Amino acid sequence: MDFETLLSYQWGVMMPEFIILGVAVALSLIDLFMPEDRNRRLLGLFAFVGVAVSFVSLLGLWTTGVTSILDDTFRLDSFAKSFKALLLIGSALVLLLAIHYEPNERIAYRGEFYYLFLTALLGAMMMASSGDLITLFVGLELLSISSYILVAIRKKHTLANEAALKYVITGSIATAITLFGMSYIFGFTGSTNIKEIAQQLASTYDENHQYILSVAFLLTFIGLSFKLAAAPFHMWAPDVYQGATTPVVSFLSVVSKTAGFIIVLRLIVSVFAQTPAGSSASMLMTLAPYIAFLAGATMIIGNTIALRQRNVKRMLAYSSVAHAGYVLVAFASLSMFMFEAIWFYLLAYLFMTIGAFAILQVVSKHHDDEDISVFAGLYRRSPLMAIAMTIFLLSLAGIPGTAGFIGKMNIFLGAFIVEPAHYVLASIMVITTVISYVYYFGIFVQMFFRPVEHTHRLEWPPGVVTVVVVCIIGTVALGVFPNIAYDFLAPFQHFSDFLQ
Amino acid sequence: MQPYFLSLLIFSPLLGILVLSLISKEQEKAIKWLGVLATLPSLCLSLFAFWQYQNGYDISQLTEKRSWIRFGDFPFLRETDFTVAYELHVDGFALVMIVLTTILATLAALASVSIQKEWKGYFQLFLLLEIGMLGVFAASNLVLFFIFLELTLIPMFFLIGKWGYFEKEKAAYSYLIYNGLGSAVLLIVIAILFARTGTANIAELRHILTDPIAQMQTISPISDDLRYGLFIALLVAFGVKLPIVPLHRWMLRVHVQAPPSVVMLHAGVLLKIGAFGLVRIALGLFPGQFQQFSTWLIVLGVVNLLYGAFLAFRQTDFKMVLAYSSVSHMGIVLIGLGSLNEAGMQGAIFQAVSHGFIAAFLFFFVGVMYERTRTTTLARLGGMAKTMPYASGFILAGAMASLGLPGTSGFISEFMAFVGAFRAEPWLAAIGTLGIIMTAVYLLRAVLRITFGQTTVTNVHDLRGIEWVPAISLLLFIVIIGVYPNVLAMPLQTTIETMMNGLGG
Repeated sequence: MDFETLLSYQWGVMMPEFIILGVAVALSLIDLFMPEDRNRRLLGLFAFVGVAVSFVSLLGLWTTGVTSILDDTFRLDSFAKSFKALLLIGSALVLLLAIHYEPNERIAYRGEFYYLFLTALLGAMMMASSGDLITLFVGLELLSISSYILVAIRKKHTLANEAALKYVITGSIATAITLFGMSYIFGFTGSTNIKEIAQQLASTYDENHQYILSVAFLLTFIGLSFKLAAAPFHMWAPDVYQGATTPVVSFLSVVSKTAGFIIVLRLIVSVFAQTPAGSSASMLMTLAPYIAFLAGATMIIGNTIALRQRNVKRMLAYSSVAHAGYVLVAFASLSMFMFEAIWFYLLAYLFMTIGAFAILQVVSKHHDDEDISVFAGLYRRSPLMAIAMTIFLLSLAGIPGTAGFIGKMNIFLGAFIVEPAHYVLASIMVITTVISYVYYFGIFVQMFFRPVEHTHRLEWPPGVVTVVVVCIIGTVALGVFPNIAYDFLAPFQHFSDFLQ
Repeated sequence: MQPYFLSLLIFSPLLGILVLSLISKEQEKAIKWLGVLATLPSLCLSLFAFWQYQNGYDISQLTEKRSWIRFGDFPFLRETDFTVAYELHVDGFALVMIVLTTILATLAALASVSIQKEWKGYFQLFLLLEIGMLGVFAASNLVLFFIFLELTLIPMFFLIGKWGYFEKEKAAYSYLIYNGLGSAVLLIVIAILFARTGTANIAELRHILTDPIAQMQTISPISDDLRYGLFIALLVAFGVKLPIVPLHRWMLRVHVQAPPSVVMLHAGVLLKIGAFGLVRIALGLFPGQFQQFSTWLIVLGVVNLLYGAFLAFRQTDFKMVLAYSSVSHMGIVLIGLGSLNEAGMQGAIFQAVSHGFIAAFLFFFVGVMYERTRTTTLARLGGMAKTMPYASGFILAGAMASLGLPGTSGFISEFMAFVGAFRAEPWLAAIGTLGIIMTAVYLLRAVLRITFGQTTVTNVHDLRGIEWVPAISLLLFIVIIGVYPNVLAMPLQTTIETMMNGLGG
């Protein structure tokens, strides 16, 4: 590769990534030269502006056609654009929370929080645009390693240390499993380029290869379930959620989970959707039952264990496991609604989860444990915030009028339109949703029925209020007029360029 | 006016919610008055529509339709596939239910004067509940129906859980889980129908499901087995709401633990959503399956009737007597529906409306009694004929209506339901009449305990002031329907004819 070709690439399509990278580098330098005693909140604002500018540049690229540069390792298609939008919106909201986060143990944030946050985001964005196993994996590692440190950032806190260690160990095992699966795919096709792999697999069909390919598929998928916090790799979620700071938890449960779905879709759909498999149309279809099984297990585990939790963060951890299961139902159905349903659900999930964490962050301040009783009598202490929390929880529970309901409805449509329809899977989803009412409504009982337990004044910093307002608008507007979001996807014609 | 009439009717309580949110929560009197006032616009609108309809106005002109949600537009599908429109319409049946709802809402709001705390939140939730109930009856597509149905779930949870009696939270949870599961089953049915046909509109679905040519052209096939599955699922979903016997436990708890003004709406309207759904959706979309299961419906109805009646006899608490009496009376709705003839259908719908008024009436007096005596246990009540002669008289009248005394609405509906049932399944109907006798026994036992016997509570005052309004107006409605049933029969005529046509005459 010479200088000519390097210049001939349309570097403009990487603009959003470049902005994040630039800001991350700048922040690390500023942090280095900034006097120790200065408040690092300014860095947070800078990071927020960086994310916002990156989002604007992404919108600028919204109608560009499919572009791939750097030997097909980086591709900007409708999938990349729409999911990057989710990552950036989620990160911007989480950054606003982080700016106002004051940990109990009086260690003010270090600057590294903000630039590690941005590098994690950068990793996720790279995955959304990867056209190659190598870049996909590098993006995954960039995200993972940054988030390991983010979890451990409360280094004097015992629970945080335990959480970080668990997170690193299970994370590394999961990554190793994924990599092992990928190695099979590479061994078969001799290429790391996803497009080439797909073509190779599509052109050669040998029954003996099916088993090994299935093993490759399962290993990859199971490894990636770590990022989704789906079964069988969901066990880290409760401990890590409990130990990590609230902004980090909301990052993990929203941005990191979205990134997980990005890599699953990128890798598994691109590689296996066109691979022939004897009787059925493609290998993806023969393997869908395994995904369905894991989706069912994830929903059941998440929703039933959440019932037993008194700690709100642990409860939300299991709830996030359950939501990963719901999204997997959309994936396992492999219907024509798949991409839209997943995208919409993740968008809805983003607003309702970050909103809930924003309120939890304020309410649980001054309490070391996030016992459910921190919500006791919230309606008397702060009626508007209690109502806001109610809306987020109703949306998480999938009650009509909120974004969560429309998201679930779309997933059901996908599950029922295919032939044979996924009756069992969808029924599990519906029943476990009703089970989830119990623990979500448990918070209502605390907020509305219980007397006030802690009387100290709640402080609502402007950033948190902004996040809550944005999330409320998002949750309700998408619930009442979901086409606001669907119209954003209109130029993409149902992601028809995904496999091109 | 016409294109917005129904929306205005349904959403007018919203105005009350907004105004209430501006008022300080300490102003008890203002809040209570506003709460009652806020129910009046929809009451006036619905009565106006009912009056116009009686005079020959064609209510199908009130139909509203606006495009709303669109799930994906695929080039290979029709423009309208996978869209959910905001569409409302009413027919005679729906209009009757809406009138019932608005009347009971206003009267229950009047009865809410006995609410002791947090009036502001109470009335806001109360009005939200009213919106949900009205919407359910006017929705013309299943998704909208479901949305309004769930809109009743959330306010009810809070109304029971916050303003109820001693075991209120348990009752609220029990309500939530049973109804949540019922709704969940309903949601599965709705999603399957919507996904496989591309439409959620009830009229279009009826066409697709019953027309042999249209059946071939669905987006995904709907097999016969699937139809049976869907029908049974609908029976379970609405069986929870109605309730049908093994699914009734939640409803007892709600009857006993919720504040009486909320139970007026719950027993008066919410249970009827089950009957409405069975008629509108189960019978409307799956007439073939409905016919095949009709005998089972009568069996379920007789079980409900007898089970409710016998257990009501054993109760020691007046609220429990009334709760089991509701179970028993809903059995008559099922018997009427299962008989599959005009008289039976008419009886079922009449029973739904009539029980709405009677249950609300009796529960209003439960509230009145509890406010004065702080108890509803039969053993601790007694001699009220001396201390509260008027109230006792009303309770007796309510009980008479409930056991089906001629001249009250209870008589005409039970009579017609059984006329239908005797034509369809004489033996089952004969067993069912036992329940009617039991009804007289348990109601008289309970009422006599309350009105006569040893006076246990003295120093209570009789009905006063505003309490006369619900008492007299409810009794009036009960008697009007009993004496002049055409006030209901006329508007229901076309609905019943359509239903019979669907069943093949």
